[in-house]
Amino acid sequence: MEMNQQYLDMFIEESKEHLQNCSDLLLDLEKNPGDLSIVNEIFRSAHTLKGMAATMGFEDLADLTHKMENVLDAIRNEKITVDSNLLDVVFESVDHLEAMITDIANGGDGKRDVSGIVSKLKDIEAGKSIPSSTPTEQEVAADVAVEETAPGRYLIYDEYDITVLKQSKEQGFNTYEISVSLRPDCLLKAARVFMVFQVLEKSGEVIKSFPTVEKLEEEQFDQNFQVAFITKDSPEEIKKKISKVSEIENVVVVPLTDAMVKEASKEEIASKEQQQKELEKSSPVPKQEKKEVAAKKDSSASKQIAHSKTIRVSIERLDILMNLFEELVIDRGRLQSIAADVKQSELTETVERMSRTMGDLQNIVLTMRMIPIETVFNRFPKMVRSLSRELNKKIRLEIIGAETELDRTVIDEIGDPLVHLIRNSVDHGIESPEARRAKGKPEEGSVTLRAYHSGNYVFIEIEDDGAGINKEKVLRKAIERGIVSKEAALTLTDKQINELIFESGFSTADKITDVSGRGVGLDVVKTTIQSLGGSISIESQQDVGSKFSIQLPLTLSIISVMLVEIEKEIYAIPLSSIIETSIIKKSDILNAHNQKVIDFRGKVVPLIYLDEVFEVPRSEACDDEYQSVVIVRKGDKMAGLVVDSFIGQQEIVLKSLGNYLKNIFAISGATILGNGQVALIIDINALMK
Amino acid sequence: MVTAAEKENIKVIVFQLMDKEYAIPVNHVQGIEKMMHITRVPRTEKFVRGVINLRGVVTPIVDLRERFGLPPVEDTESVRIIIVQLDDIEVGFVVDSANDVIDIPVNSIEPQPEVVGVKEEAFISGVSKIGNRLLIMLHLDKVLNLSE
Repeated sequence: MEMNQQYLDMFIEESKEHLQNCSDLLLDLEKNPGDLSIVNEIFRSAHTLKGMAATMGFEDLADLTHKMENVLDAIRNEKITVDSNLLDVVFESVDHLEAMITDIANGGDGKRDVSGIVSKLKDIEAGKSIPSSTPTEQEVAADVAVEETAPGRYLIYDEYDITVLKQSKEQGFNTYEISVSLRPDCLLKAARVFMVFQVLEKSGEVIKSFPTVEKLEEEQFDQNFQVAFITKDSPEEIKKKISKVSEIENVVVVPLTDAMVKEASKEEIASKEQQQKELEKSSPVPKQEKKEVAAKKDSSASKQIAHSKTIRVSIERLDILMNLFEELVIDRGRLQSIAADVKQSELTETVERMSRTMGDLQNIVLTMRMIPIETVFNRFPKMVRSLSRELNKKIRLEIIGAETELDRTVIDEIGDPLVHLIRNSVDHGIESPEARRAKGKPEEGSVTLRAYHSGNYVFIEIEDDGAGINKEKVLRKAIERGIVSKEAALTLTDKQINELIFESGFSTADKITDVSGRGVGLDVVKTTIQSLGGSISIESQQDVGSKFSIQLPLTLSIISVMLVEIEKEIYAIPLSSIIETSIIKKSDILNAHNQKVIDFRGKVVPLIYLDEVFEVPRSEACDDEYQSVVIVRKGDKMAGLVVDSFIGQQEIVLKSLGNYLKNIFAISGATILGNGQVALIIDINALMK
Repeated sequence: MVTAAEKENIKVIVFQLMDKEYAIPVNHVQGIEKMMHITRVPRTEKFVRGVINLRGVVTPIVDLRERFGLPPVEDTESVRIIIVQLDDIEVGFVVDSANDVIDIPVNSIEPQPEVVGVKEEAFISGVSKIGNRLLIMLHLDKVLNLSE
């Protein structure tokens, strides 16, 4: 059906939301098994899902949801008590449902063999006596909202309508006015209206509606709408049929009498119209109240309402916008350098103003591409839960800062490394409950996932209170695998030993489990994060716990750099790793073990001569008395990069060197300068290794 | 009598290095550019001259003289950069001059004579004699292979 196609996308989106909501709530329920209000909420989500699936014709989906609903209902009616085994089965059902939705989203038919899980659900349900009366949808609706009194009548009949009504009555049809109220948190109002109309049109004819059909389609109405309906069915039947549609709060069917028609005709039209207008004007007010009610009832619904002032823009369009903006940034650089050459005050002023506006524009373009890391984090609670049950451990996952925003490109890439690190913490980090008891720790281990902004970076930390890294074991393994030599091992600091676990081919798990420990993991994690321009470090203390910290750039495409010149070549140094620039006297340079160093604010800082590192061809030996030095840092290490001169600070667009030139030492990419030439960007991390 | 095989032509770009003419199939050629500023990329093979800004795309440049072990010369007015694409790699070749685009019959291409005996031998896929011109067909895969 054409209409179905139109709503398919919405259906998929909404189903995903409901499923996510279900798994979040299930996790809550596990923590508070006695809290039946949570069960009610899960039930509501599941019920909506079932209704939607049935309407869209996905029978398997609806069927499984229905079975799950029965179990939930039994819990709700205190026929069964909640325990972990039961929740396992419910979680498994949610997994199946997710798989079906994914299948539908990928163009499949959502069919899936669920007989195993269905029989498990039935067992649970049958294990205790099945409640004799399964609640009908009306009762569910009644749970949700207090019965409302029938709203005022707003339908107006013109002569044509009256004639139609009269003729229908003569032919033995019944005429009714039906008022339908949707639930305040109903998201797809137009879709619900369409479903109601579909139901009605099967058994009769709608002759009039308020608001008009057009307005209903555009969702220009509050929760209520009214229709005049001709049918042979009884009011009860109509009510029952309409109530089958999900997210309907209340249905009132009133037989349409001649008096009512008359009242709503000519004489009354004027005042009714007035009333209509008033209603339309005042509609935001009751809506507001309803929202508050909804917020109290269901926190997830209020969240959805808060999001409603957005539009969906395809990612491709944003990418095009970004590309165009990058072109502009290059032209801005060009204009700036022209203005600097021409030295004409009006031009300079205009270029400056344009630069400022572009700075604001840049912020907006970049933030448009930002999405909360929640989209990555929200799959972890369920993952940790199933892992901990699989491994027979008790683990509490705490998530902090899920609202932290990151560039979409980073979000797309960061999921897998995080899955790996969390699996790692759960498997290798947290000990078994017995071991924890023996160490005097609480049986329940904790894993904390934290995200926050700092400067131009986003930090993600995974912290556990588990066993920590066993340094002797790591060293022994590293020597065994030939990652370090025995001699070198003696000189390693604790930190360096910890970092060994990121080397390829390293795994310290005594037994290889399904969860992790195949020895292919952490080096891949490190490579992925580095390819995103980020870094990862680890702090660990034996028997106290470990903390992995990931540092990621906020955005990948536009960065601030300091441009420097060496002979005729221009290089860009990322501002994020620069501490300061300084001019030093040649006589201040000291020699320490063949390494030239300077005394920088009381610290000994080694010098790196970029002309030597980059083999810059020198036309003549430079022998200035003063040297320009850029002090940079990597972690807590510092170095001074010796250059010929500083050009200045600039925003640049990061460009790749292409597929032909790969792994160039100490060069992370390129950019195009204002004069159209390419400048290379120095990779400080590689330079200071 | 003309057979079907003789009718099959391929279009090639002909360019010059020293006194020899070379050919690359036109479907691999993205464009021919005049010499422009090349930014040196440190610590790369000697035949990698650097990178250019090709309408906003940073494109690596290979000096074919250097690649074939021919003596270097000063860049002249006639020097061209031929932009070549092979799979996901886009590279510019610096050549002495780019002469023309011609059709050559496929069956005129012969395996290379074995006596060429210079470094460029490894990069040649065949030769084609058109009138009194000898065109050397390049083996792009090998020219672009960094490990050789």
